[in-house]
Amino acid sequence: MSIEQILFLLLLLVVGLKAYRSYSEIWAKIQLGKPYDGSPDQSKRWKNVLLVAFGQKKMFKNLLPAIFHLTIYVAFMMTQIELIEIVIDGVSGHHRTFASGLGWFYPMIINLIECLSILAFIATVIFLWRRNVLKISRFEKAEMVGWPKRDANLILLGEILLIIGVFTMNGADTQLQTLGVAHYPDTGKLLISSSIGDTLFSGLDLKTLIFLERSGWWLHLTMVFGFLLYLPVSKHLHILLAFPNTYWARQKPPGTMQNMPEVMEAVKSMLGLAPEAAPMTSAEIPEFGAKDVTALTWKNILDAYTCTECGRCTAVCPANITGKKLSPRKVIMDVRDRADEVREKLRSANSNWIKEELRGTDVQLNKDNFEDGQSLFDRITREELYACTSCNACVEACPVLINPLEVILEMRRYDILTLAGGPQDWLPMFNSLENSGSVWQVSAARDAWIDR
Amino acid sequence: MDKKVPLMADVAGQSDRPEILFWVGCAGSFDPRAQKVTKAFVQILNASKISYAVLGKEEQCTGDPARRAGNEFLFQMLALQNIQTLNTHNVSKIVTTCPHCFNVLKNDYPALGGHYEVIHHTQLIQSLLDDGRLKIAGGSFTGKKITYHDSCYLGRANGVYEAPREILSQIEGDLVEMERNRTNGLCCGAGGAQMFKEDEPGQKRINIERTEEALKTNPDIIAVNCPFCLTMLTDGMTASNKSEEIMVLDLSELIIQSIKA
Repeated sequence: MSIEQILFLLLLLVVGLKAYRSYSEIWAKIQLGKPYDGSPDQSKRWKNVLLVAFGQKKMFKNLLPAIFHLTIYVAFMMTQIELIEIVIDGVSGHHRTFASGLGWFYPMIINLIECLSILAFIATVIFLWRRNVLKISRFEKAEMVGWPKRDANLILLGEILLIIGVFTMNGADTQLQTLGVAHYPDTGKLLISSSIGDTLFSGLDLKTLIFLERSGWWLHLTMVFGFLLYLPVSKHLHILLAFPNTYWARQKPPGTMQNMPEVMEAVKSMLGLAPEAAPMTSAEIPEFGAKDVTALTWKNILDAYTCTECGRCTAVCPANITGKKLSPRKVIMDVRDRADEVREKLRSANSNWIKEELRGTDVQLNKDNFEDGQSLFDRITREELYACTSCNACVEACPVLINPLEVILEMRRYDILTLAGGPQDWLPMFNSLENSGSVWQVSAARDAWIDR
Repeated sequence: MDKKVPLMADVAGQSDRPEILFWVGCAGSFDPRAQKVTKAFVQILNASKISYAVLGKEEQCTGDPARRAGNEFLFQMLALQNIQTLNTHNVSKIVTTCPHCFNVLKNDYPALGGHYEVIHHTQLIQSLLDDGRLKIAGGSFTGKKITYHDSCYLGRANGVYEAPREILSQIEGDLVEMERNRTNGLCCGAGGAQMFKEDEPGQKRINIERTEEALKTNPDIIAVNCPFCLTMLTDGMTASNKSEEIMVLDLSELIIQSIKA
């Protein structure tokens, strides 16, 4: 076994373990949510996955970025084939394991991947240019300052490095094949990398060529491993989570609001429509709506980790367009950041985070007794929540079927029902609804419009 | 109105129960401008000879603004009482002139035990035109530019985009689309109980943003399907000093100008 093989296996092991750990964390964060009454229609679910996740249907509302994005996506998918070979080569110490067995198919597939990589390279440069030179307005909102902007650029730069790695590797490889070096099997003609090789690497000595080929190989590999570990802490998880997120997307008409059975039962017994409910004791006054991520559903949290901060929701939000503070993207980012924070504190097992009245010698910290004196309301202000017109534009705009509106409405429910908060302006409407069953306090009867 | 509006309480006992209940809604009942839409729609119902009734004093707010505001208790109170009323009268089919009432009756009431077939008045008008029960003649709007504003609760919330446009093509208006239409339509600013409060601080009111967009189409008429959009865009026209030249009308008000006697 060569040193390179040992190095590879060690790296594979370390990256595998670390990745397992961080993806389990994402899983745990999603589990912070409440049960989700999903959509039972399997055929609709798969249709969403095929059309929206695989087919990127919603991206095509905006043609140009959709094409660039599709290019990178297809290149990414196809490169997975090459990646399998890289892993096999890395373990076995062979070079291009697939080249000998696949005949004409091998150069065809590598040529295809190379074409896509060139297109993806161009698309990535255009994306960097759109973000940093053109400064497309949805990338320039308040919530995009600092880390979110760096995060996006880091991923794009990583992509560029990865593609450079691929072409250094393949370019040097074609030169080594021309020289007839034993370790490098004939791949057939590779159109792009052989011209890169001819232009940049021809006439270099054997050692330099092998060094270049190995550097390209390792650069490609470390970028892939790097991505794998970087994804869970970045906004880029959508490349994985878009699939489950579209699968579990809500299928009810977007105008539907989740019913609150506990309130319904209470009101029914109040109206005499159901047997008298047991009176609530003051110790267990229930919390309605969502104060924190643990009161949202796990689908709301999955939404938050699926978000790639593209801002299509914010760009169509009528409140945001007219200069209000509300940004649906920020709401989703806040849910994610708060879930990160809650999970971090739960992991600490620090009993200081247990609700004071529940503390005891045998009590373990868990999401049900967790209380750190903070909530989603420390991140999402009432000014944001109450600017929403519930118009569903953000829901419609999301390419991966995230629903920011549900979070906003659940938080309003908490503020209004549990805290008796909300805009003063609404009080006359609430009073009028309660007293006269209409939204305005009017003296006329409801049928006064009828001419008699 | 040439004909008396039948009340559900009066006709429910009769052997031929009305085919459909017209849910008038708060705006349609009390707002002077929206009342005109109600009356126009009644004229259409009468002209088509469909049997219908209204609840009159038995009707209450559907609870929509309370629910979207976050006040679930109030919503449940109103909705459960309405469901009781509707079930007492054995109502099976409902038409509304308000997309908010339409949405909440259709999508939110089933979970509370209220199951009805609910349609919006633009859908009913289209089907009445399709099966010949309502006859109209084109010509009243020849050469008139009409732009159509999708309400959020008929459009995105329920996917109804074509029925209103179909009606506009039947009255032979010259339909010009705004830049943001159908799934991309821009809210008028009233939804989610915004109608009943002041805007949060910002650069502009949402209805002004939408009004400006509508004005870019150079319309003679702005057609709407919702009493709140009607208010918001009418206010927008007034703010832009265009209320003299450009009319904001509900689709039913356009139809009655084309009804064949």
